Amino acid sequence: MASKFTVSNRTGWLMAGPAVLLIAGFVILPFFLAFAFSFTNQRLISPNPTEFVGMSNYRQLLGVTMVTLEPVRDDAGAVVMKDGAPEYPSLRALTRNNPDRPELAGMREWFSFSLGGEDRTYVLARDVVFMKAIVNTFIFVLIVAPVQAALALGLALLINQRLRGINVFRAIYFMPVVVSIVVVSLLWRLIYDGQSGLLNNLLGAISFGMIEPVNWLGNPSTALGSIIAMSIWQAVGFHMVIWLSGLQTISPTLYEAAAIEGASKWQVFRYITWPGLRNTAILILIVITMQAFGLFAQIDVMTNGGPLDSTQTIVFQAIERGYGKQDISGGSAISVILFVIVLSISLIQRWLTREKT
Amino acid sequence: MAMIAADNRGLRLVTRYAVLVLIAIIFVFPLVFMLMSSLKPDQQLLQDSGNLRAFLPVGDISLQNYTDAFQRAPVATFVFNSVLVTGVTVALSLLLCSAAGFAFVFVRWRGRDTLLALLLATLILPFETIAIPLLMMVANLPWVGMEGLTWGWLNSYRVQIIPFIADGLTVFLFVQYFKDLPGELIEAARVEGASWWQIYRKIVMPLSGPIFATAAILKFLVMYNQYLWPLMVTQEEGYRPVMVGLQYFFQLNVAWGEVMAYLSMITVPVLAFYLYLQKAFIASIASTGVKG
Repeated sequence: MASKFTVSNRTGWLMAGPAVLLIAGFVILPFFLAFAFSFTNQRLISPNPTEFVGMSNYRQLLGVTMVTLEPVRDDAGAVVMKDGAPEYPSLRALTRNNPDRPELAGMREWFSFSLGGEDRTYVLARDVVFMKAIVNTFIFVLIVAPVQAALALGLALLINQRLRGINVFRAIYFMPVVVSIVVVSLLWRLIYDGQSGLLNNLLGAISFGMIEPVNWLGNPSTALGSIIAMSIWQAVGFHMVIWLSGLQTISPTLYEAAAIEGASKWQVFRYITWPGLRNTAILILIVITMQAFGLFAQIDVMTNGGPLDSTQTIVFQAIERGYGKQDISGGSAISVILFVIVLSISLIQRWLTREKT
Repeated sequence: MAMIAADNRGLRLVTRYAVLVLIAIIFVFPLVFMLMSSLKPDQQLLQDSGNLRAFLPVGDISLQNYTDAFQRAPVATFVFNSVLVTGVTVALSLLLCSAAGFAFVFVRWRGRDTLLALLLATLILPFETIAIPLLMMVANLPWVGMEGLTWGWLNSYRVQIIPFIADGLTVFLFVQYFKDLPGELIEAARVEGASWWQIYRKIVMPLSGPIFATAAILKFLVMYNQYLWPLMVTQEEGYRPVMVGLQYFFQLNVAWGEVMAYLSMITVPVLAFYLYLQKAFIASIASTGVKG
């Protein structure tokens, strides 16, 4: 198409212009605004003028420090024990108006550990909830990405066989994908219910009452896991379809050759199917990771971040601040942090899966 | 010997189907549960969830929950809003994004490659990372309407439509598809003196049914299932879509029967649409996978 007949600046701008302008205005501009707002104290509605505050929002969100404390000793120098464990001085004395440690003011305990010996190290964070949100989001992504990708591949291999009516099964496995995550989350709230939930009844029935009912969403140790399981259930069909389209790009002659050579099923998978799915695998991992970092609706509908902040996530925090508390600057700073995380991870994934030459 | 071999094959076939059916049950049971529960009074609904009756239309069956749902919330308004917002966005998206794809592939103009690269870069921006600054932005945008110049787009249809008309993925899907069309055909038409509009309308569009279907389905799913954005920008119920409308069923004590009726009403049409156009739906998701 190198002729002069296809050159037209006017037509090009006229046809691409509207879409380009909309994307520039409603995707690219807000992206830069996120950076700009994150260095101010912008609020959604405020009588006071907006001020530049530098890195203060980031310091507030990401401030973490460690303090090592010696146990309390009595006059004789022996460690004071309380409930069978050494007693440590109160952290509050350090974090509340302590003139010697002004940098600790307002910080709260995130967790503590002891590396042997009597001293105990406390990790303090300026925003403990946000720290938990980051950890929860990473747990979610690190479990969902591999498990969902693997299950989706399993389903794709299962669906990829020649059987009468296989398309019906494909259609059924894909069904939850077209249902809104909000609807799905509500349904599963009832399934996970602590008393009369379907799941508890099912577990009770197959164990003849051995398994006690669990309040899946009300218990800090099971809430995030329950949300993970449901999220995989909802989205696995999506990635099954992408795996399937990858499977169909593998030449049938390779399989025929393998059959003639008498290759085992595992050999066929290991040496033909899996190498043929390389690009699909990379794409799926990147897509799942990006989707997983956006975890919000499930939390909003099912747990609101609770119990005890065990299901707080980065996006939930961004919305709670930016919208709930109308703190646009805080929400924007979280958005920027999320973007930096997502970008670094996709760069790392690309680097790890690069073509080795 | 032959008999045993045949039996083995039969047995293997049966196990294969058994596995497939078992997995199918895992994927449909919550939806069956939803539909059946929507027909039962609350008390029976909770009792039944203790056994298999949860999945059967038995007991005190009626459409009472559906009538009650309409009493509790302006369901018709929510449905109307969702249909309007989704329909308008899908239509405008197809028009503008296909035109852009056309310009990027068939027309040569200054700035083309730079802009295309810029659009592709937006693919790595999850919506969640721009939602908050976008909220601030739309809260202060001007609009010229019936009442003259007004400021702020909150509580309107446009705030739910305009930001979502164009997106990198949709443009990209059109670009990918158009690249595979015979470019010589378009060039020949230009040489013959056809206008760009004629080429778009008479040559490209008739050849592009599948990609229009794909783009429409993907946009439809995103728009109809929107939750986070309308939650933030519509405080007035007159503009709220179906997913946000769900909140009306959680005031004070939860009436699960009504919730299930409402969920069924907003989900069944989409499921029916999906089952009817199943191949197109699956093909459209698969086509997002050819990025690599």
